[in-house]
Amino acid sequence: MLNLTAYKRQEPRAWSSCLVFLGAVLLSLAISALMLKLQGKPALQGIELLFRGALGSRWSIEDCLIKAIPIFLCSLGVAIAFRLQIWNIGAEGQFALGAIGATWAALTFPDQPATILLPLMAGMAFIGGGLWGLIPALLKLRMRANEIIVTLMLNYIAILILDYLVYGRWKDPSSFGFPMTRAFSPAAIVPKIATTEINWGLVLCLVCGLVMWIFFRFTRTGFELKVSGENLNATRYAGIPYDKLVCFVMIFSGALAGWAGFIEASATINRLQPSIMVGYGYTAIVVAWLARLNPLTIGVASFLLAALRVGVENLQLELQVPAAFGGIMEGLILLTVLAGSYFIEFGIRLRKRS
Amino acid sequence: MTAELIIPLLAAAIQSGTPILYATLGEILTEKAGVLNLGVEGMMITGALAAFVTAQATGQPVLAFAVAGLAGAAVGGVHAIVCLWFLGNQVVSGLALTIFGLGLADYLGTPLIGQTAPGFDKFAVPFFHGLPGLGPILFQQDALVYVAIVLVPLLWFFLEKCRWGLNLRAVGEYPDAAAAAGISVLRYRWIGILGGGCMAGFGGAYLSLAYTHLWTNNLTAGRGWIAVALVIFAFWRPGRALLGAYLFGGVMAFQLRLQAVGTHLPSSLLLMLPYLLTVIVLVFSSWKSHQTDAPAALGVNMEPND
Repeated sequence: MLNLTAYKRQEPRAWSSCLVFLGAVLLSLAISALMLKLQGKPALQGIELLFRGALGSRWSIEDCLIKAIPIFLCSLGVAIAFRLQIWNIGAEGQFALGAIGATWAALTFPDQPATILLPLMAGMAFIGGGLWGLIPALLKLRMRANEIIVTLMLNYIAILILDYLVYGRWKDPSSFGFPMTRAFSPAAIVPKIATTEINWGLVLCLVCGLVMWIFFRFTRTGFELKVSGENLNATRYAGIPYDKLVCFVMIFSGALAGWAGFIEASATINRLQPSIMVGYGYTAIVVAWLARLNPLTIGVASFLLAALRVGVENLQLELQVPAAFGGIMEGLILLTVLAGSYFIEFGIRLRKRS
Repeated sequence: MTAELIIPLLAAAIQSGTPILYATLGEILTEKAGVLNLGVEGMMITGALAAFVTAQATGQPVLAFAVAGLAGAAVGGVHAIVCLWFLGNQVVSGLALTIFGLGLADYLGTPLIGQTAPGFDKFAVPFFHGLPGLGPILFQQDALVYVAIVLVPLLWFFLEKCRWGLNLRAVGEYPDAAAAAGISVLRYRWIGILGGGCMAGFGGAYLSLAYTHLWTNNLTAGRGWIAVALVIFAFWRPGRALLGAYLFGGVMAFQLRLQAVGTHLPSSLLLMLPYLLTVIVLVFSSWKSHQTDAPAALGVNMEPND
């Protein structure tokens, strides 16, 4: 019988987190292949279809990038909150409110030129998402209400507000009863980059990612935020205004998700309808954690999980696998990475005989 | 409102509160051992599916109910492995469990949508069912309602009056001291997680076997999360959990009644009620509660010492 014992590493090895991620993805793929097998589908062909569907053509890679845009923005938002140990699970709702804000602007001022309308939509999305982030922050600070549950409940509420609007007040009279708003005017649609299908939201992602990297690295508030996340007592002793920091972080966290909603409504579906809610806000949490809350790796992880979604769509088409397969894989990857991270911090060795 | 309206409403409140009650009791057990498991929604829906499939295959509702408990515990076991053995973050692991469970139930359940399964039916408790008022409310329910009610004092007795319950609470309050006193922290946390998962599975089984008899998409609809919130409302006490679960059941039943009657209020606003109420209830109970109500070591993993 092997007698194993764990010891804490003096210094976590740099390459080990990459290795853990790879191992986790492989393990999740293996389990998923097994699940396909259980359903009587060809497992290996399934995995191949997954990869080919996501990365097999220029068109599919563009699709991955398009889907990575909202995931990246939401995830960036989630990551700043997580850095401060504020568990914002509400990206999904903040995304919805952002889409609602942008849609309000697009429907109210359809005749304005793009130079006025797009910034206005972005502004309204910022307000909508930011407000939806600020509510749980205030309830946490003033009433000590657990932000995990509040942000989650606000997700359900936001989706129902969206339903209320598209089934009622904002419903397009010429939609034959389908729950959707009128199509946006051309000025309200975020244009595409050159000859690709990718919209300018990608550039927004790059700018936001860069700003966040600079913010954490070079600004005082960014530093305070990092410290507060790691040690709340240090925050108090150093006189860092924790309450203000929480509000600030949650407003921006929500606003980034709100912008994702704006881009989706404007560039991807050109209107508001219930099918805009596909769970990007939850995927964003998976991404943020996989990427260890670092803006650069969030970019990589967003692309990978967007690719997973595109690949699953192909699987759905070819093998009639339900779309929920993607959710299973997301959950599995996250669970295995969580467990695997143990080996970054701890080593295993044989116990010496005493 | 007259008695003809109130009595069916209260009966329906108990029925729709029961799945939440199972899940809340389970989460109390888990959290008392110092483990936060946000995967309740995932364990519940897995239990619901396992129960439904078993009931369809065997025609044995009791067996199906037991299988649901096992399925919930199995999903909970993943949380235990990730958090207890590999020291994963409890918040994130629970979330991952929910994402996984919802995906799994959706994946395996899609072909079952619209199908029915044999389940638990309401029956009249002899002698008592005729009591005016109370009879129709309390004594014309299905068996699982009574099982849930019996679990309340059982859990209370276990936590407050039992040696093992005391150990479990010690592990949740002060794991280092418990370990020094010779109590195996990990063993009690395993018990807390598996027991909680089992009860969440029961809650899910109630939804598919007694509440609907029918498989639909997204059967749990956030009830697992409401249960997590109710633990705080209940100050981690089983008796208050009963109160909270039936209160929520009441709001859900009321909201369904209003939709059926056909008010001019849009259904999306009515559907919002339970979620809004969760926020309100959480805010007020957090405001009133003391820091000491929550187990002191809740959410903190115990690192192995070299």
